[in-house]
Amino acid sequence: MTEYEVVIGLETHIQLNTQTKIFCSCKADSWEQPPNTNICPVCTGLPGVLPVPNEAAVEKAVILATAMHAEPQSLSFFDRKNYFYPDLPKGYQITQYDRPIAVGGYLDLPMPDGRTRRVTINKLHLEEDAGKTKNEKGKRYIDFNRCGVPLVEMVTNPDIRSADEAAQYLTRLRQLLRWLGISEADMEKGHLRCDANVSIRPKGSAELNTKTEIKNVNSIDAVRSAILVETERQIREVESGGEIKPWTLDWDDNRKSLHKMRSKETEADYRYFREPDLLPVHLDDDWKERILADFPELPLARRQRFMDTYALPEYDAEVLTSERSLSEYFEAAAQAYGGDAKQVSNWLMNDVMRMLNDANIPASQLRLRPEHLAEILKLVDAKAINNAIGKKLLKKVEKSGKSPAEIVEAEGLAQVSDDSAIREICQKIIDSNPAEVESCRSGKESLIGWFVGQVMREMRGKADPQMARQILSELLKQ
Amino acid sequence: MQLCDLSALELTIKIRQREVSAVEALDSSLERIRAVDGRPGSLKPGQLTAEDQKTLHAFITLTEERARRQAENVDQQLAAGEDPGPLAGVPFTVKDLFCVQGTPTTAASRILANFVAPYTATPIARMEAAGAIMLGKVNLDEFAYGSSTESSAFQPAARNPWNTSRVPGGSSGGSAVSVAAGEAVLSIGTDTAGSIRQPAAFCGMVGLKPTYGRVSRYGLIAFGSSLDCPGPIARNVSDTAAMLNIIAGPDSRDNTAVTLPPEDFLEKLESGVKGMRIGLSPDYFRIAIPDPQTGEYCQQPLPEEIETRVRQTAELLASLGAIIVDDVPMPNTRYGIPAFFVISRVEAASNLHRFDGVKYGYRTPQKMTDLNKMYRLSRGEGFGLQPKLRILMGMYVSAAQYSEQYYQRALKVRAMIRRDFEQAFDKAGKYQLDALLTPTTPTTAFSIGDIYGDSVLMQFADQLTVPANHAGIPGLSIPAGFDGQGLPIGVQLLGPDFSEASLLRIGRAYEMATTEEAWRQIKPQVLR
Ligand SMILES: [Zn+2]
Repeated sequence: MTEYEVVIGLETHIQLNTQTKIFCSCKADSWEQPPNTNICPVCTGLPGVLPVPNEAAVEKAVILATAMHAEPQSLSFFDRKNYFYPDLPKGYQITQYDRPIAVGGYLDLPMPDGRTRRVTINKLHLEEDAGKTKNEKGKRYIDFNRCGVPLVEMVTNPDIRSADEAAQYLTRLRQLLRWLGISEADMEKGHLRCDANVSIRPKGSAELNTKTEIKNVNSIDAVRSAILVETERQIREVESGGEIKPWTLDWDDNRKSLHKMRSKETEADYRYFREPDLLPVHLDDDWKERILADFPELPLARRQRFMDTYALPEYDAEVLTSERSLSEYFEAAAQAYGGDAKQVSNWLMNDVMRMLNDANIPASQLRLRPEHLAEILKLVDAKAINNAIGKKLLKKVEKSGKSPAEIVEAEGLAQVSDDSAIREICQKIIDSNPAEVESCRSGKESLIGWFVGQVMREMRGKADPQMARQILSELLKQ
Repeated sequence: MQLCDLSALELTIKIRQREVSAVEALDSSLERIRAVDGRPGSLKPGQLTAEDQKTLHAFITLTEERARRQAENVDQQLAAGEDPGPLAGVPFTVKDLFCVQGTPTTAASRILANFVAPYTATPIARMEAAGAIMLGKVNLDEFAYGSSTESSAFQPAARNPWNTSRVPGGSSGGSAVSVAAGEAVLSIGTDTAGSIRQPAAFCGMVGLKPTYGRVSRYGLIAFGSSLDCPGPIARNVSDTAAMLNIIAGPDSRDNTAVTLPPEDFLEKLESGVKGMRIGLSPDYFRIAIPDPQTGEYCQQPLPEEIETRVRQTAELLASLGAIIVDDVPMPNTRYGIPAFFVISRVEAASNLHRFDGVKYGYRTPQKMTDLNKMYRLSRGEGFGLQPKLRILMGMYVSAAQYSEQYYQRALKVRAMIRRDFEQAFDKAGKYQLDALLTPTTPTTAFSIGDIYGDSVLMQFADQLTVPANHAGIPGLSIPAGFDGQGLPIGVQLLGPDFSEASLLRIGRAYEMATTEEAWRQIKPQVLR
């Protein structure tokens, strides 16, 4: 039996998180707003209106292009893509065609097996979104709220060779978009949309066969499943002597199945021509410099640097760079701490990230600042507090916004390392638990932990637990 | 002489000095409209009566109540010692291609007959902010697709005040008619291939197509978006300059509106033409028309009366101190119409896409469930012949397999036409012109029905005006007398980008030097 490989190209639509729409001053985000309440004459295509470009959309596209290693073009144009559809109020979409805002580029995907896969990009272009159509009880309802929302369409070359790689591409793209702060990149909300072009060929062959286009996949898992289902279908089709037709397929996520939307035998003619209502976009060096003035270190570079500079294991570096503010938090804390960065990583990944998840906020919004975390670590190192108190302090700082030292002072949380004070409590516990003392002395040494716990409880957690253990074993041996 | 026959500048001074009120000026205009306009254009005109043939039909919608409120407001402001603006109390009409909030905005098409605009176009808002009083919306060729106003879906269409059996020109026919007949003092039209200058010439008025982008297009229902220019039609050059002062300027709602600081076009209006270099081109004294049988181009000279008028104008300007430069080559002039045919139709077809019966305007009354059928019937029933022809042509020449051969080629021709002008106006070039003096039109006003129906021949009426639209440069048409049949002849001044002030200055010099000439005293037929 022939071994096949799948050839995948992804076409993503990225909704930019600008304040306003791309050609009018309506809010860009209409999430959960009633239909047709976030519209104006411009985005609903009333007679006589004209588009005015939103510079912020151009700027965000340039940031994305730069992050994708694409070349932002010093001169690009808007074009009209003409077609009729009820949710396209002008009867044409303003988009970019042969002179897009950026060309080329790539995204590197670190794969679980340690390899890096490079997916190259064909082009990025800016365009306006259309509205939404809903069919209900034989009627067609149109919502124009989404009309004019700024999108970047980014098309990969057919470089992707598996459903997992496709999923990895989207995961990394989503991470990047959020990292750059240019899109919420939420697939469920349609901020990041993906169409997959899928074809198969015998492994080792270089030809590109007829592809099908999968639409309406709105999660990364759905993209993976849909590609797997379609790959199997194509193999079955070819194996049984059939022919792949250039269909457009619709993914039904409930049934995990694809069905045919339309045959795409002939390409529609959109009669593209330059949008005469808009001037060309001149991206001069000055403007580009201003746009990229705060361009951040990218996630993969930062991940590598964390491994090199802070001697973090790959796993830690990956987790800490999964999100930009977390990575910045880590770095600020590690620098304020100055000690073993792995300690910072441990506390972050175990305790602080749980706090973030519980509160559903990014690291930048914590009241527990990186300096606070560093201070707590230093207090533990200096045995001024014990580990358990340190962990409690995280929450206390977050709750009060006060500095750790202040809280330790005010609540008397300082670790008791005074031998006589601990010894006194230890003696008290031994005196009042003769049965446990007996079984401990008769060989059940594991009971020592129970005794330590009793001492800690009596001293409200402030005792140096090692010292308590030492004194207890001393007294119990007598 | 009635108040409505005064110039805008004369009238507004009288109003501002409270010699007359804005309401009196309005009443004077309304009285004139009642006297000469006849019934307004309508979708169900019925039979054309003998009376209809003697009246002008400039209007589609008269907004009398709105106008009265505005005029009263101007009078109140004046009474309170406030300044209502530089055009206080001046009645004006608006080509019914501009959106004006709360008024029907039809584009002279059935498909928009029921559309009431929810917002106001920038140039109209500026006129009203300057104290001018909008009388109503005037007729035009359907979607401005024509040069005679005959293609309006609202009939009877406008007629020429100098001879009501003649067309007024178009597409801003209603605008030129309303100003010529004293129904309004000023009008705002649009010029895509000559649609301001040609009707101004046919009606003996001054018409200015400003530099592309000089006046905002926001609120103007688009014909050819890369060619459309809103501009004034007035009875004299000074009024034209005064109106341009108001409507020109940057607009944050139009990306293609130029961002130059405002200019006072009245300031140096009467500084004369001494030392100005004004060119004449043989390429504007002949026209090229395709033979209907063979499609071959044949060159024809212009009617002698027209050429003579242009040459006499040049001589007069020379006597005022201008330097006349003969034989300026403008070799690509004759390709203006074919290139326009292609470019304007591609843009027009796309601009008409939004009229689909879904959101506003006409929708077929037939009940149906098939979307495409709804589109087809709504558009089929809503659009008249001209939009349909233009959609067909526009779709054809921009189709993937023909675009290179037609649309892309037309864009190259357009660039060549622009280069002709750049060379003529080049300050370091051979000709160094301040302006080119040409006829505005190849003929004077033709008879109603004579050309209508021949879309190609009709288009060639714009042959001498369309190059300015391709190039984006300003063009001014001024009246320069009459032909043997008593029909106005217009001459045109073309200048480099943003040279409106120079063109107006030349026009004004000519006007001042001819004030006393006998032809200046002749009144339009309907006012005799
Ligand atoms: Zn809007």
